[in-house]
Amino acid sequence: MNEKAFKRRKLHSILFFLLIIGVAFISAYMTDFNLVEGMATIPTALIWMAENLIITTDTLAKLPKILEKLNETIFMSIAATTIAAAISLFLGIAGSTTTAVNGFFSTLARLIASFARNIPVVAWALILLLSFGQNSITGFLALFVGTVGFLTRAFIESIDEAGSSAYEALTATGATYFQVVGKAIIPQCLPQMISWILFMIETNIRSATLVGILTGTGIGYAFDLYYKMLDYQAVALITLLIVAAVIIIELASNHIRRVIL
Amino acid sequence: MSLLQVKDLNKSYQTDTKVLKNINFSAGTGEFLSVIGPSGAGKSTLLRCINRLVQADKGEILFGGQDLLKLRKKELRAARTNIGMIFQHYNLVPRLTVIENVLHGRFGYKSTLQGVLGRFSEEEKERAFYLLEKLGIEAHAYKRCDQLSGGQQQRVGICRALIQNPKLILCDEPIASLDPHSSKVIMDHLKSISEEMGITCIVNLHQVEVAQSYSDRIIGLNNGSIVFDGSNFQLDQLYIKRVYGMETRELITV
Ligand SMILES: Nc1ncnc2c1ncn2[C@@H]1O[C@H](COP(=O)(O)OP(=O)(O)OP(=O)(O)O)[C@@H](O)[C@H]1O
Ligand SMILES: [Mg+2]
Repeated sequence: MNEKAFKRRKLHSILFFLLIIGVAFISAYMTDFNLVEGMATIPTALIWMAENLIITTDTLAKLPKILEKLNETIFMSIAATTIAAAISLFLGIAGSTTTAVNGFFSTLARLIASFARNIPVVAWALILLLSFGQNSITGFLALFVGTVGFLTRAFIESIDEAGSSAYEALTATGATYFQVVGKAIIPQCLPQMISWILFMIETNIRSATLVGILTGTGIGYAFDLYYKMLDYQAVALITLLIVAAVIIIELASNHIRRVIL
Repeated sequence: MSLLQVKDLNKSYQTDTKVLKNINFSAGTGEFLSVIGPSGAGKSTLLRCINRLVQADKGEILFGGQDLLKLRKKELRAARTNIGMIFQHYNLVPRLTVIENVLHGRFGYKSTLQGVLGRFSEEEKERAFYLLEKLGIEAHAYKRCDQLSGGQQQRVGICRALIQNPKLILCDEPIASLDPHSSKVIMDHLKSISEEMGITCIVNLHQVEVAQSYSDRIIGLNNGSIVFDGSNFQLDQLYIKRVYGMETRELITV
């Protein structure tokens, strides 16, 4: 690269940097966001948290009930993810260019995936609330739809990445479509798919809390209830339990990943 | 009568450019046939038209008395069991073991369900081990393919083709990703397959000298047309120039 091009490149990055700063200022101005004022509230907020979010023995008495709700949420997340994974497997196979049966199904699968994925889970929950009402089915469906969208997309990419080489080779031997998919494509992609499924279980436990607040189920319901009762100690306990649950699940899935990959 | 007869084969991917133009040739039982030609000449397309991984536009491919281009799905599947294929990049399933990859060559003979469930008879397994032994890789039978060297993977590819009991093996640049030593091992195996087992081999090659030292016959392809078809003795400087448009000593980098 010559001197001139190098200088131009440097100029470009400086301009880009200035542009970012400019955009930050404009958006802060437009939203009335004041960094200094925002910073000033931090100490007060911390003091409030220290005073109100202390867990006492009183709170611990509520533990069994809270744990029951947490269980409900965890199992709902796992159920929604695994059922969604089964559907996504079919959509992923139909959607990948390597294994596409025909163009129509391939486009359809991709369309379903991007439609389901690009609407946030919370929005799905709100939409489904209208038709299914406040119950666990709504929460389940909201997680399910979002997961199908994400996993289909991930599976399509895994299959594409695994490549068409073995597909081509087995087709040439006279193998049928399902033999090739079942014995070459899926075995090759399985570890990656499982890894995505585990990731989705983690994500869904987090989302399930939020969805639960909206649909009045699981740990989200408990959170909402104690929050409205101004029982902030219980709220703190719930938050801690959610964090603990997510960390445990994450550790477990990391372990599984290490074994299968 | 020859095992394979290609008549007036034409193929174009886009409407305006013809990749294969009126290809005519035949191959006898047990013949070792090399196809040489510059990059983009249409060698891979020609091989893939034969087992219909690529759909030809026009022509006839007579194989054992059948026109392959006229076959429907089921008949095509049966015909494909008689045609093995070996690839430059081996095209194995990397995460599966060697023995599993070899047994994949039997799917053509099985119902979908038998295949998906992985039901293989004792004879098939014995045959798989016999072939691995023949190619000198029986020690790796239970290793995953991605742990093998290129030359070893290509031998797995050959086993997978042989377990089909094929009459014809198509090889698309089988040694293009290998070092000289492994290349020689692979070419020697292919040669003995055609000589001892009477299996016809059609091999796409980049190296003219390799083609000359192994083949019974050489076909030179340039720009979609056959510009040479004869024995390796007949392929002299003049023809090499016709095939590649240059002299052999300029071909060293190819
Ligand atoms: N799937 C495809 N779609 C469109 N064009 C293709 C396709 N495959 C090959 N071609 C074109 O057809 C021509 C012949 O390709 P082919 O792969 O048969 O050549 P080749 O002789 O095997 O070359 P190489 O020695 O590089 O492998 C090339 O011009 C290539 O661009
Ligand atoms: Mg090629």
